[in-house]
Amino acid sequence: MAENIGKKQVQKVAKLSRLQLTQNEIDEFTGQLSAILKYFEKLQQLDTEDVKPLAHCLPINNVFRDDLPQQSLGTEKTLENAPQHDGDFFKVPKILDESSGA
Amino acid sequence: MKNLSAKKLRDKIAKGQIKSSDAVEDVFRRIEQIDGNIGAYISTFKEQSLHQAGEIDRKIADDQTVGDLAGLPIAVKDNMCTTFGATTCASKILENFHAPYNATVVQKLIDADAIIIGKTNMDEFAMGSSTETSGVKKTVNPWDTERVPGGSSGGSAAALAARLCCAALGSDTGGSIRQPASFCGVVGLKPTYGRVSRYGLVAFGSSLDQIGPLTYNVEDAAMLMNVIAGHDKKDSTSVTNETAPVPDYLANLQKPIDNLKIAVIPSFLTSAEATLRESINDAVDTYKNLGAEIIEIDMPHIDYAIPAYYLIATAEASSNLARYDGVHYGYRAEKPKDYIEVYSKSREQSFGKEVKRRIMLGTYALSSGYYDAYYLKALKVRNLIRDDFDNAFEKCDCILTPVSPTTAFKIGEKLDEPLTMYLSDIYTIAANLAGIPAVSIPCGFDRNNLPIGLQIQSPPFTEDKLLQIAYMFEKQNDYHEKIPPILN
Amino acid sequence: MNDLEYKVIIGLEIHVQLCTKTKMFCSCQVGFGEQPNSRVCPVCLGMPGSLPVMNKKAVEYAVLVGLALNCKIADFTKWDRKSYYYPDLPKNYQISQYDLPLAENGYIDVPLDDGKTKKIRITRAHLEEDAGKNIHSTGNFSQVDLNRAGTALLEIVTEPDLNNSRQAKTLAIELQKIVRYLVVSEADMQKGHMRFEPNVNLIINKDGKEYKTPIVEIKNLNSFRALERSIDYEIERQLDEFLQTGKVMQMGNKSTRGWDGEKQVTVLQREKEEANDYRYFPDPDLVPVVLKGKWLDDIKGNLCELPLKKQIRYVSKFKLSEYDAGVLTAERSTAELFEKAVQAGAKPKRLCNLITQIGLKLANEAGRCLAELGLNAQHLAQLAVMIEKGEINASAADNIMQQMIKTQKDPTTLANELNLIQKSDEDELDKIVGQSLEENAQAVEDVKSGGKKSKKALGFLIGQVMKKTKGKANPKIVSKILHKKLS
Ligand SMILES: [Mg+2]
Ligand SMILES: [Zn+2]
Repeated sequence: MAENIGKKQVQKVAKLSRLQLTQNEIDEFTGQLSAILKYFEKLQQLDTEDVKPLAHCLPINNVFRDDLPQQSLGTEKTLENAPQHDGDFFKVPKILDESSGA
Repeated sequence: MKNLSAKKLRDKIAKGQIKSSDAVEDVFRRIEQIDGNIGAYISTFKEQSLHQAGEIDRKIADDQTVGDLAGLPIAVKDNMCTTFGATTCASKILENFHAPYNATVVQKLIDADAIIIGKTNMDEFAMGSSTETSGVKKTVNPWDTERVPGGSSGGSAAALAARLCCAALGSDTGGSIRQPASFCGVVGLKPTYGRVSRYGLVAFGSSLDQIGPLTYNVEDAAMLMNVIAGHDKKDSTSVTNETAPVPDYLANLQKPIDNLKIAVIPSFLTSAEATLRESINDAVDTYKNLGAEIIEIDMPHIDYAIPAYYLIATAEASSNLARYDGVHYGYRAEKPKDYIEVYSKSREQSFGKEVKRRIMLGTYALSSGYYDAYYLKALKVRNLIRDDFDNAFEKCDCILTPVSPTTAFKIGEKLDEPLTMYLSDIYTIAANLAGIPAVSIPCGFDRNNLPIGLQIQSPPFTEDKLLQIAYMFEKQNDYHEKIPPILN
Repeated sequence: MNDLEYKVIIGLEIHVQLCTKTKMFCSCQVGFGEQPNSRVCPVCLGMPGSLPVMNKKAVEYAVLVGLALNCKIADFTKWDRKSYYYPDLPKNYQISQYDLPLAENGYIDVPLDDGKTKKIRITRAHLEEDAGKNIHSTGNFSQVDLNRAGTALLEIVTEPDLNNSRQAKTLAIELQKIVRYLVVSEADMQKGHMRFEPNVNLIINKDGKEYKTPIVEIKNLNSFRALERSIDYEIERQLDEFLQTGKVMQMGNKSTRGWDGEKQVTVLQREKEEANDYRYFPDPDLVPVVLKGKWLDDIKGNLCELPLKKQIRYVSKFKLSEYDAGVLTAERSTAELFEKAVQAGAKPKRLCNLITQIGLKLANEAGRCLAELGLNAQHLAQLAVMIEKGEINASAADNIMQQMIKTQKDPTTLANELNLIQKSDEDELDKIVGQSLEENAQAVEDVKSGGKKSKKALGFLIGQVMKKTKGKANPKIVSKILHKKLS
């Protein structure tokens, strides 16, 4: 991981994050992220070969819900906060590609 | 009235000695007078609050039973969903967002007959340690209006310090309750992860976030915990009564802990400012005088907590904030050229710099080729840090540390140096990584008459004991009773 | 020009919508054809502050399918977030399972045309939430309906063990039967309950050398026909492409294509896996699932004999034809009714005919499945026995079964009420036959004379007996008596 993050990578990450950054921001972030990541290098000093990752501190599992329907919001409330809607639908500019990933 | 703690005010309201309406009006009078300068609130609900207060007063007059927080004017951080007003998270992207539901804690407050008088300012999406990243407004520290109130629950802490409410809720992902509490001279408790429901709390770092109270004193914190703690079936990460029963936090509060064993981490003290160090040492002496045994411990992995924390928190945040895209709710950029631009422009135009920076950092840490070196590594280090705590708590009941390396700093001082800002979270983030409870209580003032906080950390689900320990200290001094000069 | 030697390699990804009442992580009721965006709540709308809670039934259904597919069930599994931006995915991540799927390393037996079966290995099966729907048809914008968002989906992935489109289709059909047997999915193709994504490529032998064509994933097919046709098209297309360009598989040159059902062609959607960085990581809002002990045993208790196994058993045990066995086992409820009736004393072949020729016809007319007609297995067995004994004939059986459905009465009662019992009393029939012979001397002559007219005359005489008995004479006995009297 040792290499510093460069502008190109910052641009790539911005694209992945769906942030249309300005040139200034890219420059600024490249410097800041580099400094931060450089500090984070410190982690590599630790040998974690036999350490399990801890995603969660909780001692619990199997938290379930019964399969019992409850009232949904309904169309009107669902669309209440929508920036744009078309009848009963959310509205977005035409989607031309088919990149659904289910 | 402004000198009453929440508990005392509640008792007086319940006895009919003070009217809730008067308490609420008193608070709003002050808000109107000084919140223009402080900037604690993003929104307030005067009419609704007075109406509710009137109802409570009527019930009390009629001798009807009322809830545990009946008639108390309480503030909540603006990252908890409410069906009334907006829930903005201090972000432009949610400035007009109206939640169709109440967060579980909000509902619990309402069910306890509390009066939610307003929603407080914060760092945008709780990302910050000074409330300066708010996309809505500026909040200053009531003790010195040139300085920050701390963050991210800076609005709640400032509102409390300026007596603009009698208690408040904040959220704490890496110190966001404790640090502003220390900067503003109030009590702030971050409960154990899983103790208080996160349902309706707008997520920042889901495995780290906890809601907790900010109060005038320890007793008030216990009173609020009695209302907000407990299992919620809407939050899979909230623990059940079988896993960890909820005690009555008020019941044994005033009972000192026998054979109290307190640990300090020597390396932690050397890194704090001198006045701060003195205050912490005084606190240690206070406990010693109360009969506690003081031991020194080593937390071998604590130095790695900052990188581990910032990688985990930002990774989770990058995913949690992906939903703000201008499609289903929230801000949408004008004239996007295609649907992709709905995302990229809306996000670009409405997220602040710190939020973008963290989304970028988190996305990078999860991206292909970097996951193992950053995110996964951080999870492993998290485990080591939790082990450090497990080992420590075998030897002691609690650990005393500073809350922050400095007292409240000047506005703008650290804003352009993200890494410096991140490093100031050194004392608070470990509790979030390990999921343990931690409280910040006032323990002195520095040369500039700025409050200093003492942090006490204890094992998971021992908030009752933690509050007892905090109360032992509080009884020995009057730091928590001091009022900022702005009120004189 | 395609006289090259080549082998087709196909792996399948199948998404099956589970028939839970509510969605995977919220309590919205699952529906189809409802008002758009009406079955949506803060959770499946991905609203700020909302949190997912697992639907226990969905986990149980998924485990059941895993067991039926002979998979190893994970004793510890968790949820991961898969990130990608698309308007039908409100959180812009899908809750799915990445490195610890609920089930892995199994197989499914697929029947081949030659009567043998082929084991297709199952790589994994995992649970996830479905996305909503983007609707592209109107104007210069698209519409988004989130009713489907969050529905419980089981993703099943096979190893590339399939070698032609027919095998792929047969596997799909077999899987449809299995999930219906287990009552974990309606598997209604029209409602998009099953969606297929085949990965297709070829190994071509040319001049003693082997060439692999680049893998193509065909996205989102929702009928067996589209599955079969698109694979066939793709095989031809890849052959042509290889001959024209010589393009072979390289790291990362997998492409995705869509199926244009109108033109019956696959269309390129995405060349290479361009920047598909899903950034999987454990979902911090959910806790792990630990599958063991009584709970797992209880789920196992819901397993049943699978359709293919049942079919094979019917052939060997009941001596039914493969076709009949296939028809009887196509639906679990039909097979169960059949087996109960056999236990109640029906002869399998007779019962089979009764079910396949009359029962399924009536079910079809009613637009429901056989079991939904409310037929009682005991009564069905009685009816079969009555035919066996010659008490009624086939057309009477049809009539009686219709009445059984309507009235729930037993077939003997109905046959009596409807006066449909065949006369099998030999003495009585002997008299009637005698009478008929007396009345039709000419016909008797014709029969006895042998020759051309004999057969026709015999038929005529049987007809006369039938007429006298109002069609209730047992034709077998009548013809026996006739033969005796006329020889
Ligand atoms: Mg999938
Ligand atoms: Zn829902």
